[in-house]
Amino acid sequence: MPSYLPHTPEDIAVMLRRIGVSSMDDLFKDVPAALRHASAPDVGAGLDEQTLVREFTALGDANLAAGLCCFAGGGVYDRYLPAAQRALLGRGEFLTAYTPYQPEVSQGTLQMTFEFQSMIAELMALPVATAGLYDGSTAVAEAALLSRAATRRPVVAISGALHPEYGGVLATYALPRGVDIVSLPLTMGRTDPEQIRDTLDGRPVACVIVQQPNFFGLVEDVERILAERPDGSLGVVVADPATLGVLEAPGRLGADLVVGEAQDVGLPLSFGGPYLGYMAAQPALLHRLPGRICGLGTDRGGQRGFVLTLQGREQHIRRARATSNICTNQAFCALAVSIYLALAGPQGLAELGEICLRRAHYLASELSRLPGVCLTFPDQPFFAEFSLHLPRSARTVQEALRSRGYLVGPVLGDFFPGMERDILVAVTERRQRDELDGLVAALEEVLALVSA
Amino acid sequence: MEEYPDDRRYTEEHEWIQSENGQQGGVQAVVGITDHAQCALGDIVFVELPAIGSDLHQGEAFGTVESVKSVSDLYAPASGRVVAINAALNEHPEYVNEDPYGRGWMVRIELTAPAELDRLLDAGAYERLVSGS
Amino acid sequence: MSLPDAKEPLLHEISVPGRRAYRLPPMDVPIAEAVSDLLPGVALRQEAPQLPECSELQVVRHFTRLSRLNFAIDTGFYPLGSCTMKYNPKVDDEIANLPGLRDVHPYAPADCVQGALAVLWQLERALCTLAGMDAFSLQPAAGAHGELAGMFICAAYHKSRGEPHRTRVVVPDSAHGTNPASAAMAGFDVVEVPSDHRGNVDLHQLRSVCDERLAAVMLTNPNTLGLWEEQMEEVSRAVHGCGGLLYYDGANANAIVGRVRPGDMGFDICHLNLHKTFSTPHGMGGPGAGPVGVARHLTPFLPSPRVQRVDSPGEATARYVLTSTPESIGRVRAFYGNFAVLVRALAYIRTHGGDGLAEVSGHAVLAANYLLALLREDLPPAIDRQPMHEFVADGTALARHGSLRAIDLCKALLDRGFHAPTMYFPLIVKEALMIEPTETEPREVLEAFAAAVREIVVTSTGADAPGSFPTETPIRRMDEVNAARHPVLRWNTTT
Repeated sequence: MPSYLPHTPEDIAVMLRRIGVSSMDDLFKDVPAALRHASAPDVGAGLDEQTLVREFTALGDANLAAGLCCFAGGGVYDRYLPAAQRALLGRGEFLTAYTPYQPEVSQGTLQMTFEFQSMIAELMALPVATAGLYDGSTAVAEAALLSRAATRRPVVAISGALHPEYGGVLATYALPRGVDIVSLPLTMGRTDPEQIRDTLDGRPVACVIVQQPNFFGLVEDVERILAERPDGSLGVVVADPATLGVLEAPGRLGADLVVGEAQDVGLPLSFGGPYLGYMAAQPALLHRLPGRICGLGTDRGGQRGFVLTLQGREQHIRRARATSNICTNQAFCALAVSIYLALAGPQGLAELGEICLRRAHYLASELSRLPGVCLTFPDQPFFAEFSLHLPRSARTVQEALRSRGYLVGPVLGDFFPGMERDILVAVTERRQRDELDGLVAALEEVLALVSA
Repeated sequence: MEEYPDDRRYTEEHEWIQSENGQQGGVQAVVGITDHAQCALGDIVFVELPAIGSDLHQGEAFGTVESVKSVSDLYAPASGRVVAINAALNEHPEYVNEDPYGRGWMVRIELTAPAELDRLLDAGAYERLVSGS
Repeated sequence: MSLPDAKEPLLHEISVPGRRAYRLPPMDVPIAEAVSDLLPGVALRQEAPQLPECSELQVVRHFTRLSRLNFAIDTGFYPLGSCTMKYNPKVDDEIANLPGLRDVHPYAPADCVQGALAVLWQLERALCTLAGMDAFSLQPAAGAHGELAGMFICAAYHKSRGEPHRTRVVVPDSAHGTNPASAAMAGFDVVEVPSDHRGNVDLHQLRSVCDERLAAVMLTNPNTLGLWEEQMEEVSRAVHGCGGLLYYDGANANAIVGRVRPGDMGFDICHLNLHKTFSTPHGMGGPGAGPVGVARHLTPFLPSPRVQRVDSPGEATARYVLTSTPESIGRVRAFYGNFAVLVRALAYIRTHGGDGLAEVSGHAVLAANYLLALLREDLPPAIDRQPMHEFVADGTALARHGSLRAIDLCKALLDRGFHAPTMYFPLIVKEALMIEPTETEPREVLEAFAAAVREIVVTSTGADAPGSFPTETPIRRMDEVNAARHPVLRWNTTT
């Protein structure tokens, strides 16, 4: 067993003597004997480092998914992460620091956070952004609670094409707070602006939440949707940062609040986390924002510096009336995203969006040529992900493709009853032409086998 | 030296209220926090005030003042409807420190029960309260 | 200390139009149509976002320089109370970055993520064993998130028993701010009870709020004073006697891991901060992980999905599947939790085994008691009892030596190459200094720290301006008032 404990028996003897006790057990004398374990808990014997690595390598080897050519989507995307980013993320000065409570020795963290806020605010075209939240789903829930508090209205309207797991988290958060969630109807997979007024007529609506692109990969008419929302309600957009080199910024389409998941601008898949929720807002909402915010200021010598600010919103000061309970956040993920966005720059982000978009359209058109295969929502604008309608069970097809080395999904029937023959396919810049063509050939083969 | 002008009333929670005659015969009053309160709170960085038109009830919280490391509630010295708020505090929360009885005022309310003011402290009683004598 | 000057420009300030770092692969599909034709009727970005435009070297140099402005465990002693800044084993980072564990999409079908599901299952079983709980959900992304999930579970439980009138959650006045914030966020009314003269929750006051309105009492043990709650049994009896639930805030579980289990103390719900007790890197504030565990009567309410192991006769290896229960409170986040953090925590547990973990908590308590013994003359404990893994000093004692305050001592420590303790928490101790040395610091480091405190106290006697510390750090004390009054929260062309 490797030990990270430095104390030799001599050290321990010196320390116990100085403390004035005779044994380690004496240090636990306040704990009633009945509560103390007679023997150590059985969580296996300790392992040496090499055996440990072997054990976890074997667990990794059991994840066949890691070796597949990944066309899976549903809010998580397989991006290429540049070597320079990986190298910088290895720095222990970032990895093993904590929350910058002492700004004098935390300027690296604080300046990084300020730069993260700057880039997110710039991407969303909104004046203010925070240091981040756990993930896209909790960011949506926080946005809904914020809207409720700001408007003092209990109804939250969500697009029917919002990521279903985000909707699920929102429901969990909303239930004990008496927030009513109303789902806005879709037409051909997109939020129908013309049905918003009737759906929400006369109800005390705190906010309208729309995702861009939506869960099916379709591009929504955000401007019209937000224009149709009830007076006094907030417009909340759940945006994918990787698309914002191409798609108009939500802040220029009427959004008061933009939240979402930043996984696909700098974080690995990691089986669902850690990811990074972000939040950007109009300044009127500044004092209601959840979590940490870093500000620029000066030290007493007049030098520029950075510091956590507006902390009166937060749990360690406002306690039961804090805007949120969040304390530990996802700062290291914000660093990863900041480095990624800095490396990409405006040109890189625009090219990233365009290459994913074009490859996805190429793939969609090639797949749609196969017999019995079509887009679930034909003729609707989509970005880099689309829903494919198959002539038979999407689950069966997913499994057959998997055995040929391709991962697609999720199966939409898992979330929307009646869509058992529909599946999401996402294209990132990592998927080059030969892989697109390979997927088409594999699906053709699978469908031919099945129908034979 | 802290000051307590005798042209207004005070609460035990360190707000002041000064009544004046309203336009249509009603009684309006201006509310703020005392010199003692601003000293104790330190540098004020944000004041959260209610919306115009909201109703205040005597003794209930209607807003907050924040310093860098603390948040305190503001309690309504009397009941009434908010007819004005000091929007300048958004940009200049320091007015509360610099001039608590003047530029640092917080809300103007139309009193619904002006007699409530009779139950508040006068300057002498408030000064005795904060000096602990 | 030898941290460099903080005059690192913002990336935006060194940005040059047209300069770039990252290059994408070539466009290898037809480009006959314009983007606007592929997205008919869609609003396209009119004005490119002003992200910085830098070369790769500039980006590398920028973030490398920023990193050097940070104090970190890897660079020095970080006795930040309550935060458990102990060594984060490097091998655990390496394991979390194994391609087989990192490059796994969460929507891959269960049969091709068996390794990942096995990690979740193994970790859940280990946490159950260590905490004495029936089941855990690994979804919560942080301690506070675990608290929130626990409060949702508490609400669902009382509702299922036809007792929705249980609307009050009780927290001691020494509690972390997250406790009342989490309870309020879950819709409960928060009632605070004071602590007694020995630092325990005041039992008499606690009993007075144990009635038919009580939903739960949240406790940390050892508490935020670093002291064992001496009346645990009486607390448990009072809470359960009136139908309430007992919630364990695991922020300080590193003091007892491998030795004492929250379940045995009577707790019904418990979260564990994996980044603290199981030493995953704190990453400047996260990500962490805050799995929430429950006793058997609450298991059906846990967030879903959870992993189940299926052993079929005739099959050599077990299968793992995702399941949910109808009573579940639902999801508290998308997917399965901060998986890469969970991997590190499991690796830490596997490295140590049960004996090793007991040794970890033993040495953490040893270090705290030793450091207190070295410091007590200058920094007497707020409550003079034998502490567990950390202790809270009464900083008002510093005033014996002139005008030195807790914050001044903290800032002077920064000048001497040490991170400051947690200051001004818990709120019930004036000038509080909360010191947690952790088990991984060599004895000579603890002694050097104590010597530095001594030296600061001695040299500050009669000094007229202890408020001037620090002077050797990249920046000096910030003007926090002005930063908050006139917030500048992002770069723009006029920053």
